[in-house]
Amino acid sequence: MSKETKSSPKGRRDRITVGQWILTIIMILFVLICILPFFNVIAVSLSSKSAILRGDVTLWPVEFTTKAYEAIVKDVSLWKSLFFTVELTVIYTVLAMVMTIFIAYPLTIKRLKGRKFFSMFIIFTMYFSGGTIPIYLNLKSFGMLNTMWSLVIPGLISTFNVIILKNFFSSLPYELYEASVIDGANDFQILRHVYLPLSYSSIATLSLFYAVGRWNGFSDALYYISDRDLQPLQLKLYNLIKGSQSIDIAVLEGNANELASSISESIESATIIFATLPILCVYPFVQRYFVQGVTMGAVKG
Amino acid sequence: MKKDKPEKTNKVKYEKTRSGQNKLAWLKRDWRLYAMLAVPIIWYILFCYKPMAGLIIAFQKYNIFKGIKGSQFIGLENFKFVFGMRDFGISLRNTLWLNLLDLIFGFPMPIILAILLNEMRMKRVKKVSQTLLYLPHFLSWVIIGGMVLKIFAPTTGAINATLMKWGWIEQNIPFMTDGGWWTFTYVLVGVWQGMGWGTILYLAAITGLDSTLFEAAEIDGANKLQRIWHVTLPGIRSTIVVLLVLNIGRMMSIGFDRPYIIGNTLVKDACDVISTFVYRAGIQNNQFARATAIGLFQSVVGVILITVANAVSRKFDEQSIW
Repeated sequence: MSKETKSSPKGRRDRITVGQWILTIIMILFVLICILPFFNVIAVSLSSKSAILRGDVTLWPVEFTTKAYEAIVKDVSLWKSLFFTVELTVIYTVLAMVMTIFIAYPLTIKRLKGRKFFSMFIIFTMYFSGGTIPIYLNLKSFGMLNTMWSLVIPGLISTFNVIILKNFFSSLPYELYEASVIDGANDFQILRHVYLPLSYSSIATLSLFYAVGRWNGFSDALYYISDRDLQPLQLKLYNLIKGSQSIDIAVLEGNANELASSISESIESATIIFATLPILCVYPFVQRYFVQGVTMGAVKG
Repeated sequence: MKKDKPEKTNKVKYEKTRSGQNKLAWLKRDWRLYAMLAVPIIWYILFCYKPMAGLIIAFQKYNIFKGIKGSQFIGLENFKFVFGMRDFGISLRNTLWLNLLDLIFGFPMPIILAILLNEMRMKRVKKVSQTLLYLPHFLSWVIIGGMVLKIFAPTTGAINATLMKWGWIEQNIPFMTDGGWWTFTYVLVGVWQGMGWGTILYLAAITGLDSTLFEAAEIDGANKLQRIWHVTLPGIRSTIVVLLVLNIGRMMSIGFDRPYIIGNTLVKDACDVISTFVYRAGIQNNQFARATAIGLFQSVVGVILITVANAVSRKFDEQSIW
């Protein structure tokens, strides 16, 4: 105790105490809880059927085999679904960001007539919405069901993100705006040459929010899409794990039936890993933007 | 060319402020802003407000071929019918029950984790832990659901297999097939997914605390636990209360993905919630009007709860400032 009181106020150079070690061990336990499930799924995806059925597989592959992966990478529909999801996410994110900027920027300009009204107009939708069925029928009336646009248009603007961006724009000094007006810039120019360059990190953050939301989005695809060619990855994966569709194993050489039965247990796990990999690859690099975004939203939330 | 325009806009501005005669000067000055607003506002009208008008079918004997205009108005018939349904009662009960359990078990975890993280002095370990703890938040419920189905499966699932091997259980635990166990699994997975991510706001609040408070407490001879109890926790009290109140305000709404993906027909009475019920009744069985009535009921109660919650949380927020 007394040792600690002496060393800590000095600041950052604390000694690593017993307490710190205990703390670290507790934290490692929590971290393990978070990541062990992945190890299990990876292990299952790389194990043979008999080992899985015996219940031998926990954290390490038993009777190592990569057949499950060989089967899924040869499934054309899975790749199609992956590429479609990438395309969808890119289109959605770009459009959503443009819309968000176009509504956040004017609402930042204090002299704009009707600013209050427009703010109320969009904030109301955060509290109240038509709900699943009216939105579904609305899309139906536009003929959007079973098109890619049903996954892009209805979720195009997140009012929450608009508010985050508006708060950020408002935090920039208003003198900047006034100075640009005096310099002769119009609002399009001010937005493009003054406001946007100053808010790269906010825009990156919000784009990531939109992109992850779209990438992970499942329920809208379930509601609106019945065409197999338009299934985003999440819906495809759902149908696979719930057993209503299966991986096309026939494309493999050799006896398809025998192969099918020998890997069927691990194939779902392999598909889960296949769908998780894109997120895992990007995640370490973009994580800090998300943290930034959450605290940004809370400042004036 | 470039020089002409600004002078003009400036002049317009001047004239207006001086004489107030030029009534449309603001439009001339700001048309670009309105042009920017136009597309998003039209989007809001078509995709947010138009569906709200579509709520009218909750009061109709709605026929999809006749449309809203052609369908007969029947007042509260749909509501009466729906409230009498056994399944509706179950989904309402489950919605509230699962949300309550989420609150009881899911709410304190991030606070505990945030305090632990804050006390860590090994910067590197802390950073890596945070990165890994946040990870589950970024996976879709389909992926998580897939993993849950694998891990909690009888015999082949890692948990049952391991417990069996250690001799702790003799029979498989029916995690996914027994109502009570299913609820347990549902809550556990929710805590697992949300505990790391939930720490961010608390960590930000703790970082914002005045460090002299900790130093003063230390000089007064408070040990680690005492400092946490008497300085850290009171310091983030307002954050805790605000988040708690907002969470209670959201009791009526429940996500669709988690209960739908983890749930299955064997545990229908435990996993049916309002969102999945609306989907089944409305989109799968084409009972549009009745499903809309359920949705409307849920929205209205939800709005009332959230409004009250917001008012309460604002009150607490003010208190904490003074």
